[in-house]
Amino acid sequence: MEEGSRDQGQQCVGTTDPEEDSPNTIIYRKIEDVIMRLQDEKAGGVAIRTVKSFLSKIPSVVSGADIVQWLMKNLSIEDSAEAIHLGSLIAALGYLFPISDHVLTLKDDGTLYRFQAPYFWPSNCWEPENTDYAIYLCKRTMQNKARLELADYEAENLARLQRAFARKWEFIFMQAEAQVKIDRKKDKAERKILDSQERAFWDVHRPVPGCVNTTEMDIRKCQREKNPQKVKKSVYGVTDDTQTQSSVHQSLPSQPSRKPTREDVQKEISFLNMQLDRHCMKMSKVADSLMSYTEQFMVYDPLASTVEPSNPWISDDMTFWDLEASRDPSQHRVKKWGFSLEEALKDPAGRDAFLKFLESEFSSENLRFWLAVQDLKRRPLENVAARAQEIWQEFLAEGAPSSINLDSHSYELTSHNLKDPGRYSYEDAQEHIFKLMKSDSYARFLRSNIYQDLLLARKKLVSSSNVCFHFPGQVIDGQAADRADAVILTLPGLEGHRQTPLEGP
Amino acid sequence: MGEMEELRKEADNLKDQITEARKVVQDTTLQEAVAGTTLVGRVQLKTRKTLRGHLAKIYAMHWGTDTNCSKLCVSASQDGKLIVWDTLTTNKVNAIPLKSSWVMTCAYAPSGNMVACGGLDNMCSIYNLKGKDGNVKVMRELAAHTGYLSCCRFLNDSEIITSSGDCTCILWDIETGTEKTIFAGHLGDCMSLAVSPDFKMFISGACDFTAKLWDIREATCRQTFSGHESDINAIGFFPNGNAVITGSDDATCKLYDLRADQELITYQDSGIMCGVTSLAASLSGRLLLAGYDDFNVNIWDMLKAERVGVLAGHDNRVSCIGVSSDGMACCTGSWDSFLKIWN
Repeated sequence: MEEGSRDQGQQCVGTTDPEEDSPNTIIYRKIEDVIMRLQDEKAGGVAIRTVKSFLSKIPSVVSGADIVQWLMKNLSIEDSAEAIHLGSLIAALGYLFPISDHVLTLKDDGTLYRFQAPYFWPSNCWEPENTDYAIYLCKRTMQNKARLELADYEAENLARLQRAFARKWEFIFMQAEAQVKIDRKKDKAERKILDSQERAFWDVHRPVPGCVNTTEMDIRKCQREKNPQKVKKSVYGVTDDTQTQSSVHQSLPSQPSRKPTREDVQKEISFLNMQLDRHCMKMSKVADSLMSYTEQFMVYDPLASTVEPSNPWISDDMTFWDLEASRDPSQHRVKKWGFSLEEALKDPAGRDAFLKFLESEFSSENLRFWLAVQDLKRRPLENVAARAQEIWQEFLAEGAPSSINLDSHSYELTSHNLKDPGRYSYEDAQEHIFKLMKSDSYARFLRSNIYQDLLLARKKLVSSSNVCFHFPGQVIDGQAADRADAVILTLPGLEGHRQTPLEGP
Repeated sequence: MGEMEELRKEADNLKDQITEARKVVQDTTLQEAVAGTTLVGRVQLKTRKTLRGHLAKIYAMHWGTDTNCSKLCVSASQDGKLIVWDTLTTNKVNAIPLKSSWVMTCAYAPSGNMVACGGLDNMCSIYNLKGKDGNVKVMRELAAHTGYLSCCRFLNDSEIITSSGDCTCILWDIETGTEKTIFAGHLGDCMSLAVSPDFKMFISGACDFTAKLWDIREATCRQTFSGHESDINAIGFFPNGNAVITGSDDATCKLYDLRADQELITYQDSGIMCGVTSLAASLSGRLLLAGYDDFNVNIWDMLKAERVGVLAGHDNRVSCIGVSSDGMACCTGSWDSFLKIWN
């Protein structure tokens, strides 16, 4: 084993080579900060003690319960399950380990744990080769100690490695012998600690089958290694030319990280100038906008509120979806149309209602144009040019049957676009028409009978006799029915709903 | 060298001026503004379905949006398969074998007619689900990126946007198979992208720790958001399209507002010590669901920036998450090879 830095004991911080800055650097630093505080007894860390067991002493251990308690207290974690989860993450990464188990989890009981030596910390970017692992397993078999006996999976691994490295096994054997010699020179208690730390290191890099390998990296991140061709450092100081390139990402060309050029900085400057001139909305207004949006939509948010009649995922009852899809919308759905024109147009029933209203005002061409353009954007390329011309003929040409009102600038721009018609030729015109509908027709739509009837669920109860009964107490046209016994009849053939109150008895 | 230094000084000076200008509009912070709002009650979602079938790490999933496929989703796994699931019945509607097993992303077209995927092959492959003879075949292979394909999202059946490890994003014309627009500007791998609700803009998150807002038609970068201390792995729009949510390897998520052009709030906790891999907003925007490296999903109250729930059930990293278009269900995908439906 490398004698150097490890002999400095457990107090030295693992050094991260800046050249090997990994995406996990910040996480490692956060965890290492916690680990340092955990071990600092004087500053409120856990009590690391030597525990007497049977015929021997167990040096430098702490109980799982102590660690859990410390995490809860010092990281303001209220739930012990959460502290256990975090502690297990820290263990799985290799910063602390149970002394009697290969499986790296934290338990909230008397189970004994030890801290890992900084030499073995993940932030040192270890990627130990199989030769190192072979040396390790080999030397374990050379030492005649019960506690160093190989577990079944380790014995299997050793057998596999012996086959794989058949030709250079002599070399590995010699390295293992050398390591055993070095280990023997160490103090007994120290050896116990070092052996366990070494084992914990291999538990991270060669985990028990079935355990998650926390050293597995997202392949997208592996690509960014600054120097993937660099020979990886060996745990046991072995330099071997024939080290195998074990992982697939090694053989792929590395992506050089871009350093900004002069052009980049110039572009940045012009971009920044543009940003400086930007007019920004005040935070208070932004906050209000966010709060009102979430407030409006929270009742429609199935993850945040209960849903009527029932959540189909739980009850297996599809009614909720049937109601949403029906062309006969519920009051709940209709209410959403009042939030914004965008919301109204999202719902097919909303589109229908708005169209019906516009027809009654003889201004449906705006919405029809808007819908036609939406449709154009989804057409296959081969149909686009022809359809774009059709739209022009219908809505914008001189004497068009459904003439829409565009300002001259927008008209000219659109006309220009139509010379080379594409899916987005009408973007500008569409935006104008939308703004027009939003500022003008939409507000009237919300006040209209067509909308209000749906919103207040004024349904025909007995359609055959052509009368409508309104239950007393309902709000009708903004006025509460103040006579509890008022009954209003709607006579057939009348436009809209002109209510003619009957003279009461 | 002198010129570079001067240029950098100028850029830094402008950045300082911008920081000052942004402070001017900070008449309050989001935290202060929501002080009177009650915290959302504890959110307890349960696993309703587990989708079993993949044999290796799942890297991506995406819900269908069209009314005909709003219960369908597509997932991509390193076992070299794209699977389209009927999440209600847990049946596999399609199991598409891929040429390259190193797939990193997948997408469902809004129409429901196609799915796309890509990865270490640097290409975006488009598959037609509604072929005449019922077989799912490759329709197009969009090749131009010089780095891995990290994310892709359809605008419609003829246009798709991709992000890549080559630091660029590209808008493609699917029918001709060519690049329409290349969005360059990031100084690190682009890891993720999201399209605005009105389909006019998109945002990208990259390993240069910034998020950029792009105008699709104008082909320009409108805004850049910084503040993260490590790679941005996940990005999404707030439902009204006025704000952007990012998730990073620095263990935090952030909310940036487009109109205030600055960060509103950070979602972090001293007990969270692992990177954010994925995120999704609930329908109202009140809840933020974020997947982490520690196998859990944390649910945040987006306004109050406090955790209000945890989804624990995966045995390995949560790599992808999505909320269905009707907001009813949340789907998580994991390196443990399973997808789970929660609500």
